[in-house]
Amino acid sequence: MNTNPIIHTQPVVLRVEHLYKSFDGRQVLKDVNLLLHHSENLVILGRSGMGKSVLIKCIIGLIQPDEGYVNILGENILDMDVKALNRLRQSIGFSFQGSALYDSMSVRDNLTFALKRNLGIRDADQLEQMVRETLQAVGLEGAIDQMPSELSGGMRKRIGVARCLILKPKIMLYDEPTAGLDPVTSSEINELIVEVKQKYDTSAIIITHDIACAKATSDRIIYMEDGSCHLEGTFEELEHKNDPQLSTFFNYFKVH
Amino acid sequence: MKTAETIGSAPQKWQAFFIKIADIYRFIVRIFKETFSFPIEIEELLKQCYIQGNRTLWLVSFASLLAGVVFTKQSRPSLIEFGAESWLPSLVSLAIVRGLGPLITALICAGKLGSSMGAELSSMNVTEQIDAMEASGTNPFKYLVTTRVLAITLMLPVLVVYSNMVALMGSYIAVHFFSQTTFKLFFSQAFESITFLDIFSTLIKPILYGFAIGVVSTYAGYYSSRATVGVGKAANQAVVVSMVMVFVIEFITIQVLGTMR
Ligand SMILES: Nc1ncnc2c1ncn2[C@@H]1O[C@H](COP(=O)(O)OP(=O)(O)OP(=O)(O)O)[C@@H](O)[C@H]1O
Ligand SMILES: [Mg+2]
Repeated sequence: MNTNPIIHTQPVVLRVEHLYKSFDGRQVLKDVNLLLHHSENLVILGRSGMGKSVLIKCIIGLIQPDEGYVNILGENILDMDVKALNRLRQSIGFSFQGSALYDSMSVRDNLTFALKRNLGIRDADQLEQMVRETLQAVGLEGAIDQMPSELSGGMRKRIGVARCLILKPKIMLYDEPTAGLDPVTSSEINELIVEVKQKYDTSAIIITHDIACAKATSDRIIYMEDGSCHLEGTFEELEHKNDPQLSTFFNYFKVH
Repeated sequence: MKTAETIGSAPQKWQAFFIKIADIYRFIVRIFKETFSFPIEIEELLKQCYIQGNRTLWLVSFASLLAGVVFTKQSRPSLIEFGAESWLPSLVSLAIVRGLGPLITALICAGKLGSSMGAELSSMNVTEQIDAMEASGTNPFKYLVTTRVLAITLMLPVLVVYSNMVALMGSYIAVHFFSQTTFKLFFSQAFESITFLDIFSTLIKPILYGFAIGVVSTYAGYYSSRATVGVGKAANQAVVVSMVMVFVIEFITIQVLGTMR
């Protein structure tokens, strides 16, 4: 890994060390190391199938890594019991690649699902107010009574983010926030990600293969190759790196 | 993917089989644990009871009524041959309460509810909705699996009692068609031959059926493969294994009840 020119004054909220994961003998993650600082948007850039989704799922404990260490907000998630892990997960928002909205529930119920169960809030007025506030923050107040099947891809992404935000997370994990969206909708989502950081004071890991998204949202970028962190820096720094793989990525962006 | 190596030899298949059994055992233990731990998902439980009852009510009514009519019509000639036509109500009621009613209801529920539970949970798995619940710090197992299993275990006895009544009505209609038996006479004869053990078995069996169908179907759905074909496979597996389980339980309970009679 290169020398890191970025000086961080903020505390570390998430630390991944020497993470390994293989499926059926195929090594997907090889010695992944990364740090996330408070109120920082860290973009993880990499080609499809590189194991980005696997990495982010290891971080939140949905996939058990073969080896390694994941520390979130000072707690080691790999040797936690279920209760403690669930408590920690409440302060982490995970926006899924495919949005993963609960399709048998309305948007309102999607948002209140975890709220009712985690925080035990039963007061209907209070719930309603929190839902409306959060939907307003993602710009979709009108969708409150709709079912997920009635929403467009971009709207589903927003509702997915809102579903995390309503729990007031400290860390947001975005898996391919712009995948499958047109450029205009993509840039709206990018704006939303930046807004969320300011409004909710979150730190975020944004996983993407979309250079435009990386440019718009990142404070710092890690470029993944062959299952490990290959290069690191701000967007401008990486843009001027002479790395063959990375240049292909950036050149593609310049053409379009 | 299945290659010559992964299909494996017979011992490996047996090993896989026993691993599966152990897995299902753990699944059942977890269902018991989480069913009786707070907080209870009462709202979802009631919703599932309603959905399951609603989904099967018409089919159970229709099939039970026809079964009552058909069974009565077909038994009558043989009984007449032996000069035992007056036994018809008690024969029919015994057949319905002991066997037909529970079996028809269980098979309908295995078909309709088993497939929908398998498909529903499996598609939630494929679209990462179960992961999303887990990632938000909630307990998807409790919300999705225990409520469904408990609901079908509670609803099946209710449906069976209902099915018995409807089938007896069907039988009465068929009897009435031939000989003008009164409603009162038919039912007093029908109920006379039913013992406490019959009532007991007609309630216990559906509890076992319901639990088995629930476990098999939710297991097939919850742990389905992540591919889209996994949804169809889970639904299919849920129905087939549920139906086999119904017959296995039927066989075992008949043996056990036989020793008690
Ligand atoms: N549960 C799993 N079982 C087996 N293999 C898996 C599993 N999850 C992921 N993989 C494999 O790990 C590799 C990396 O997958 P991953 O989804 O992390 O890629 P990605 O970088 O997110 O790609 P994309 O940009 O397309 O989302 C893939 O080749 C996939 O086949
Ligand atoms: Mg991915």
